Formats: sequence, C-alpha cells, structure tokens
Amino acid sequence: MNSTLAILAVLDGISYAALVFLVSVGLSLIFGVLRVVNVAHGSLYAFGAYLAATFSLVIAQVSPWLTYPALLVASIVIGVVCGGFIERFLLRPLYGRDDVLQLLITFAAFMIMDNLQRLIWGVQPIFAAEPLKLLPNISVFGVNYTSYQVILLPGVAVATLFGLRYFLRKTLAGAVILAVTEDREASTAIGIDAQRVYSITFIIGASLAALGGALASPTTSLVPGMGADMIVLSFAVAATAGLGQIEGTALTALMIGLTRAFVIYLQPEFEVLVPYLLMVLVLLVRPFGLFGAVQVRKI
Amino acid sequence: MLCCLKAALAAVIAIATLTDAALAQTKPQEIKIGITTFLSGPASVFGVPAKAAAEMIAEDLNKKGGIGGVPVKLSFIDEGAGGEALVSNYRRMVQDEKVDATFASISSGSCNQLVPVAEDLKVMNFMWDCGAASILETKKYRYNFRTQANGTPEMLAVLVYLLKTKPDFKTIAVVNQDYAWGRESWEIFSTALKAMKPDVQVVAELFPKFGAPDYSTEVSRLLALRPDVVLTTSWGGDLDTLVRQAGQRGLLQQSTFVLGIGESSIQRLGKDLPEGLIVGARGDHWFLHPEKKNDPAFKAFAEAFKAKTGAWPIYPVYHMAQAFTALQTVYDKAIKANGGNWPTREQVVDATSGTEFATGFGRPITLRPEDNQGLEAQLVGVTKSFPGYDFKLLDNMMIFDPKVITNPAGVRSVEWLKTLKPEFVKMDVPTFKQ
Repeated sequence: MNSTLAILAVLDGISYAALVFLVSVGLSLIFGVLRVVNVAHGSLYAFGAYLAATFSLVIAQVSPWLTYPALLVASIVIGVVCGGFIERFLLRPLYGRDDVLQLLITFAAFMIMDNLQRLIWGVQPIFAAEPLKLLPNISVFGVNYTSYQVILLPGVAVATLFGLRYFLRKTLAGAVILAVTEDREASTAIGIDAQRVYSITFIIGASLAALGGALASPTTSLVPGMGADMIVLSFAVAATAGLGQIEGTALTALMIGLTRAFVIYLQPEFEVLVPYLLMVLVLLVRPFGLFGAVQVRKI
Repeated sequence: MLCCLKAALAAVIAIATLTDAALAQTKPQEIKIGITTFLSGPASVFGVPAKAAAEMIAEDLNKKGGIGGVPVKLSFIDEGAGGEALVSNYRRMVQDEKVDATFASISSGSCNQLVPVAEDLKVMNFMWDCGAASILETKKYRYNFRTQANGTPEMLAVLVYLLKTKPDFKTIAVVNQDYAWGRESWEIFSTALKAMKPDVQVVAELFPKFGAPDYSTEVSRLLALRPDVVLTTSWGGDLDTLVRQAGQRGLLQQSTFVLGIGESSIQRLGKDLPEGLIVGARGDHWFLHPEKKNDPAFKAFAEAFKAKTGAWPIYPVYHMAQAFTALQTVYDKAIKANGGNWPTREQVVDATSGTEFATGFGRPITLRPEDNQGLEAQLVGVTKSFPGYDFKLLDNMMIFDPKVITNPAGVRSVEWLKTLKPEFVKMDVPTFKQ
C-alpha cells in the first residue's frame, strides 16, 4: 500500500469513525449513568434518521439550507418524545430491580419501535440527500470526497465529544449528573433529584442516537432493520471502549474506523469482522474494555 | 361363508372406488394458497409489493370465477421470521389450514429450508422468487417447482449483454452484499467471464456487510483502482446507497456500472441514476416490456398496480403473477386430463411437470420436466432518460432465449459455465429500443 492510498484510507476511516462515535456515545452515556444497556438505542437511531429525512424532504421545498437545522430538530424531537417515554414509562418502574428486566424491557421497546417504523414510514427505502448535495466535493489525489462526510461529520463528532466533556466537567448540571453516577443515595441525601437526572441523561443519550441517525440519513438509504444493525455495532464499540467511557468511545470508534478502512484496502474479506474481532481481542485482555476498570467512576 | 366374504370384499372395493370417484368429482369450496414472503426486514422491498400483487391477482381471479370455478383464498407467512419459526409456520399452514398449494419463497435460504418440508408433507410448492440454482440441481423433487429462472441465466444474460455492448473492457471489480446471493451470483458471473473472456483482470472483490449503511471506503478504493467495469448484484436499500454514494463522488461516470438485478431500484433512484448503466431484471420483467407494452391486459395490470401501491410493478410482482398463472394452468390441465372432473392433489402435481404457461406480462415459461426448473427469458437493458418519467427507463433492451442461457438439466451450473467459449457471446439476441 503506497502513501497515497494510506491517506485515502485515513480519510475514509475518520469519516466512518465519526458516525460510529455519534451513535455509540449515547449508549455509553446512558450506561455510565443509569447502568442500563439500552437495546432500543438502535431504534432511536432509526427513528432519528427517518424523522430527519421526513423533515428534510418537506423543508427542502422552502430552502435546502433549512435541512441542516431540520436534522438537529428531528434528533431533539426523537430524544425528548421517544427517549422521554421509554425512560418514564418503561425504565423508571424497573430501577433497582434485576438488570435482566431492563434488558428485556428495552428489547421489547426495540421490537415495538421496529414495527412502528414500518407502519409509519413503510418498507420502501427512503433517501433524503439534500444536506449532502449542498456541500461541494473535495479532491484528494484525484479521488473525490464529499465534504459532508470528511469535514462535517468528523466536525460534529469532535464538537459532540468536547461539548459532552465540557458539559459534564464544567457545568453545574454536569456535576450533578456525575454526583448521581458516583453515588445515587448520597446525592439524593443532599437534595439532588436523581430521578430527574436519570430522565435528562436518558433524553440526552437518546438524542445522540437520533442525531447519529439524522446525520447518517443524507448519506444512506433508510430501510427496515437499520436499527438492528446499528445497535450491534454501537454495543461492540461501547464494550470495546469500556461501558460508560466517553473519550474511550471516541478513540475506539476511531480505531475501528481506521482498521476497517485499511482492511478494505488490503484484505476486504475481513471487513465485516473488524469491529467484533477488535472487541474480542480487547475483552480477552481487558474484560472491562480498553478504558474501563472495576469500581471506577464511569464518566 | 366364502361366498359371503367375497361379496363383502366386493362391496368394500365398490364403496372405496365410489368414494374416491365422488371425492375426485367434488369441487372444494375454495383453493387455499399459502404464500411465504418478506413482510419485515430489508427484503420487504420485494415482499410487500409481491403481497399486494398476490391480493390483486386473487381478487381479479375470483371475480372471474376462480380456478376451475373455485375461488382462491390466500394466507401469508412472513419470511422475515426466518429459521425454525418459518418452518413451524409453514408446517402449521399446510397441516392445520390444509392449504392446497404453497408459494415459497423469496430467499434462497427459505427455499432451502422449505423445499424438503413441502416434499415431506406432499404439498405442491412453487418456488416463486428464490434464485439459488443449486436447489433443483442436487435432487429431483416431485412436489417442488420453480416458476421462474434461477441465478445462472439471470447472471449469464447480464454478462453476455456486457460483452456484446462493451467488448473491450480489461478490468472489472465487484461490490456485492456479503451473503449467499452476493457470493453465488459473483461465482456464476466470474466463472462465465473467465470462460468467455479470460484476459479480463479482476481488480477488486468487495463484499460489504449486508445492510451496510456506508460504502465510502469501497467507493474510494474503486476510484483509486479505476476499473473499466463495476458489477453489483446488490438490491434494495443497499443498492440505492451504493449507487447514490458512487454517483455523488463520480464513480458512476468513471466506470461502467452493471446492476445485475437493478430493475427493482430504478424508480426509487430517480434522477440519481445516470444514463448508461447496464441493468438486469431477473427475467423479462419491465413495466414497459417491448413486446407487451401495447397489450391492454398488460397495461391495465401495470396501471392498477401503480394505482394501488404508488409504484410501477417490479420483478417480484411479475414473479408472483407467474406463480398464480402456473397454478391456474396446471389446475385447468389436470381438470381436462381428469375428464372435466375435479382432480386430486396428486393429479394436479402430475399435470404440473413440463407445463408451459404465459402470464401475458412476458414471454411464456416452461417448467422443465427433468428437474422442474422454470425456463424464463431474460431482459437486460441500459438506462436512459425519456420525457414524461422522473426516473430512467431501459433502452437497447435485449431479451435472451432461456433455452440458450440456462444450463442443461442434470449439469451443475458452474460446471456448465466452465465449458462456455468466447463464441457463446455471438448468439443472436433481438434488441429493442424503448
């Protein structure tokens, strides 16, 4: 592999990693605070994508540039409505009970949302590429890239990473979330409404999943079953990083993105295996993930 | 005493014979048809339109008096359930609902599972859409028939079209979905290509994950490799995503793209599909079929389907129509062979072997008696813009004779493909303008 191809592979890897990070970080955040492995995360990704595409197709008639805020609005709507509903009515009654119940209830939510998705948006693939087409292509060594994928997506991923870091470490709300994560009983004793913290965190996590879907929607066809694929991948990323590790999720996503890209250039038959092979290798050596540890603060 | 026994035996035989005759002559209240199709998952892009077609055809058939004067009744199973659930549901449908015939399935995996079950349960089954050639090549079945072609003629037609229209290409790359069809279709295509044009170099074999949301890296690699031809037999959302991502970055303009079964995606891709792509149709399926487009029944069906679903019919819709027409044809044949009396199930199965039937939506199809494989013509064309349509149509269409491009009965596909010579491409094939 020459240096030109290596640079192309790096660009492809970064673009893919950005999307993977945006989807996985919500799963990791929710686990870090609520200790819930949210199987419905994939459905939130799919709903975010479908709603964003719906908004984009409508708003593009007014002005194509309005499709960008439409992506953000769709993510927030899905995060608040679907995320809020799941947390309030499905998860809240189960806090403090067996973890298996949380797994089962979020799996049930996933199945219901998968069917709802088909009822609402049908089974034919939907594509809303307006936001992608608005930005120009850039040429690298004679190979065209869309700036949406190699500039905008990584930009949003980096902004999300630093935004989350800032929010959790420099703001009062973030400090409250960290306190509840550290010790729920002690935080409640000093007057923190842990229930509310759980709700807000779940909504943020759900919005991030939906944001991943919304940002992916201009680049891909939206089809039934897309959520199932994404939950498997994002779980692999989150588990490799160590559940609850935000910076770790970013680094793992980058590692998976780059490895996958190089594998496609060198040994494409192993492409499908990359995330899972990495996960197995890491977990064999470090059972709590690359950045996870027993009894440490998760975020 | 002996005399009494003889009389009793004669009476029993007479009653049994009369009962059989009476049963054979009694028309049932309805003909029950069990259909497996994808109602969930990515393949529902085929399964749902096919279900709509089945309902439409059954309604129309019943308005006209049904089959042999008996109305048909449909029940559906979702193939999306897969695995053991699919087999259990199929058994339930046959044993509890007592369906008279089944149409199973879309997926070759489903066909592989259900064909032995149908054989075991002695129920006539039409493989109405699955394409794996091997199913009928490895064993002779009595109750299973394929009412359409298989992957071998489908891929071979596309390859011959490519070799006839772009004979000078030197390099090729493939981007197929990483599952049975993606791998098998490439094996068929590459084996035949090696036999007919051995100087072509395969520069990349890419099999991204089924349902992959992103092909950016594959597109980059192909842009860097600059192959003369890129083949993909992907379908549904995967094909749409690949074509759009490739188009956005100029790959569709750089290489000649061959969409092995792209007919089903043309309408969805709309203006994102450029001119000059070679497109196969898994049969001679096209809503503007050059030999049928002026036929009133053909037009009426296409327009009724468009009115019902919002889209013109695609190949699974025509495959479903083929299964219904085959059923109607074999019942009519069996009734006639039975002197106008209602036939037994076994008599219907007997009548099916070697049957030729015509939907009117394409050329007639023959169920080859040696292996129950359908011999179906193949239509391949190239995309081109035409006024009045917001998506590309097919132009310079070739319709291939199934007897020429299907492997002979008793010879495995891959073995037969290896024997092809470069002269095979020189076959006469009629070409039609849109």
